[in-house]
Amino acid sequence: MSKFKVVHYINQFFGQVGGEEMAHIPAEKREGPAGPGLAFSKNFGDEAEIVATIVCGDSWFNENLELATETVLEMVKEESPDLFIAGPAFNAGRYGVACGTICDAVQTELGIPVLTGMYVENPGADMFRTKVLTVSTANSAAGMRKAVPTMAKLALKLVKGERIGASVEEGYLPDGVRRNFFDKKRGSTRALEMLLKKIAGAPFETEYPMPTFDRVPPMPAIKDMTKATVAIVTSGGIVPKGNPDRIESSSASKYGSYSIEGVDDLTSDTFETAHGGHDPVYANEDADRVIPVDVLRQYEKEGKIGKLHDWFYSTTGNGTAVASAKKFAAEIAEKLISYDVDAVVLTST
Amino acid sequence: MKLEVGYIDIKGIRFGDYNAVEDGILIVNPEPLLEPVLEDPLIKSAHFEIATPGESIRITPVKDVIEPRVKVEGSGGVFPGMVSKVDTVGSGKTHVLRGMAVVTAGPIVGFQEGIIDMTGVGAEYTPFSKLHNLVLVMEPVEDFKQHEYEAAARLAGLRTAAAIGELARELVPDETVVYETPTIAETFKEEWKDLPRVGYVMMLQSQGLLHDTYVYGVDAKRTLSTLISATEVMDGAIVSGNCVSACDKNTTYHHQNNPVIHDLLAVHGKKINFVGTIITNENVYLDDKIRSSDWTAKMANYLSLDAAIISQEGFGNPDTDLIMNCTKLEKQGIKTVIITDEYAGQDGKSQSLADADELANAVVTGGNANEVVILPPLDRVIGTLDYVDTVAGGHAGSLRPDGSIEAELQIITGSTNEMGFNRMSAR
Repeated sequence: MSKFKVVHYINQFFGQVGGEEMAHIPAEKREGPAGPGLAFSKNFGDEAEIVATIVCGDSWFNENLELATETVLEMVKEESPDLFIAGPAFNAGRYGVACGTICDAVQTELGIPVLTGMYVENPGADMFRTKVLTVSTANSAAGMRKAVPTMAKLALKLVKGERIGASVEEGYLPDGVRRNFFDKKRGSTRALEMLLKKIAGAPFETEYPMPTFDRVPPMPAIKDMTKATVAIVTSGGIVPKGNPDRIESSSASKYGSYSIEGVDDLTSDTFETAHGGHDPVYANEDADRVIPVDVLRQYEKEGKIGKLHDWFYSTTGNGTAVASAKKFAAEIAEKLISYDVDAVVLTST
Repeated sequence: MKLEVGYIDIKGIRFGDYNAVEDGILIVNPEPLLEPVLEDPLIKSAHFEIATPGESIRITPVKDVIEPRVKVEGSGGVFPGMVSKVDTVGSGKTHVLRGMAVVTAGPIVGFQEGIIDMTGVGAEYTPFSKLHNLVLVMEPVEDFKQHEYEAAARLAGLRTAAAIGELARELVPDETVVYETPTIAETFKEEWKDLPRVGYVMMLQSQGLLHDTYVYGVDAKRTLSTLISATEVMDGAIVSGNCVSACDKNTTYHHQNNPVIHDLLAVHGKKINFVGTIITNENVYLDDKIRSSDWTAKMANYLSLDAAIISQEGFGNPDTDLIMNCTKLEKQGIKTVIITDEYAGQDGKSQSLADADELANAVVTGGNANEVVILPPLDRVIGTLDYVDTVAGGHAGSLRPDGSIEAELQIITGSTNEMGFNRMSAR
């Protein structure tokens, strides 16, 4: 049986080029394993081999992000490996960011499984742990002896397409994907042990960290709606026909601001939805079903509201990260305030 | 309350022409046991089948799992208010046929019953694959009302388990354990004054028709939060009456063998002062949720608890009750650990619970119920595979041509139990 081919990425320090003074060196490719790669080779046994090692200066990578990514991608491509490993980077910040960036690029662009390793507080871990499988390591290279066997074991599972167990079993940083596993003790016993620690004021680890939500107290009611300017904000993905800003159908990275000045009714010729999380037929037929421009315009004419704001703001809520939504909301809120908007109709799908 | 529980280990079940337990073997003569079951006009047919651990058997659709017990000394009888007349249980002596269960099976609702596999991957997820199961397979008459038939099937299971339990009355137990719960005054005794005062908040499924639990015969949704002794629970004071997702419903067996109660009692007087158990419901209306969780908090305060374990039943709507119970205790300075399970999607990427609060900072999980599992074809089916595609956790095409099943863990009875009955967890 032929061995699986692995390409390994390390920085100038682990490539034994030098320390900080050599961090400017561009990426270079060497044949076979180097530095920590030798330990990986040992752990792989007969099952996999490191065919090439890419050594790259941390400063060069981070200061030339696009060029560096392209260069390293090309080097990886030439080897057509079965797996790509970067690091482990421990607590080295720029090295961690480089490992995360290049792993993300390799798995997205080349479709090759990737693996890296970092200390939990490495900025690269924060940026990439939900995208790139990242083994949890100590905060310095002293942890190499422990990190390599964990990474090698996981690497072989990845390359063979075997099921990856839960983070606590395999030793990677929680990646936001919940995976089942069989613990050593039953749940009630785990609960009692956790409670005893909590009572004693000792550190304990919850099995499910609760997501935290902002609870926003509602504004006081508007006393006179006949003078109020009302705006529309939606996560229902309503956009002018053709989706000019290319708002993603899922996991949106942006929102759009669109004029409805002089528009009394949204029609299938003028507006549509970009939302990929629901059957779009009824929204596309009549986008007023998602954002009630027609009714609000009617209210405006009847004097029930003061004015319908000239712009509406739209994104797709479908699978969109809370962090992104928060960012959009802050920007939209500033715009609404600058236009003296008094009230907002928020719609979703 | 003091209850002496004598465990008689059951090592096998076989059919015979009389009913008895001999040398750890349960001998079953179906006819006299089925007679009272078939008296119910809603039950068209009923028969028994035997499933032994390791056999290539799939039991489905499973309604309830019940452990046969009998009260040998002390007031009341098992399943008070359901099978025995209403009388306080939890004291005296009870015999248990350990290692076996009566499993009720057959179509009821069609989408909220479960699967028990006796071997293979599925068997790893359900605790009931390790038991010798006497399966009571029933079929309803035509044109039945589901909730009426549920009551009939529930009672048939409980009566059968009580009748089997009766066979253990005169036996000598293999093991005897004494469980004792203190009065309020006793919890303040000098010897325990340095131990943390710990309570147990047991949430009971009470979302409505077919989503019910009974306490001494009372439908839990018509109750206010109240106190119960751990030993009363062991005598079957609480029984399951629900048809909800199989993975996280508390069967009657779970109640009889509540692991939180057993773990707390095991360290009572040593590491903790197990002061009492509060039962509270999971009704669907907001007013009910607020009232019941307020009441739970009042009672926890009244008991002067330092800490509590809160267990849940079901998911989604009851997540709000769970978070209310947890936060109202935490806000009184009572430290909590909650036991729940997760619906994080088949890919594990979604938010796991329908409600959340940062005060719920100590969570034990029974696992992600949406995780997909492939159950191999097994040689024999007890019940019917007709409902596999429509049961919660299944989908059109779940039952594959070769007899294997691709479905979410939701479909397996007891797989993500929220009393912490199993070892499964998630990260």
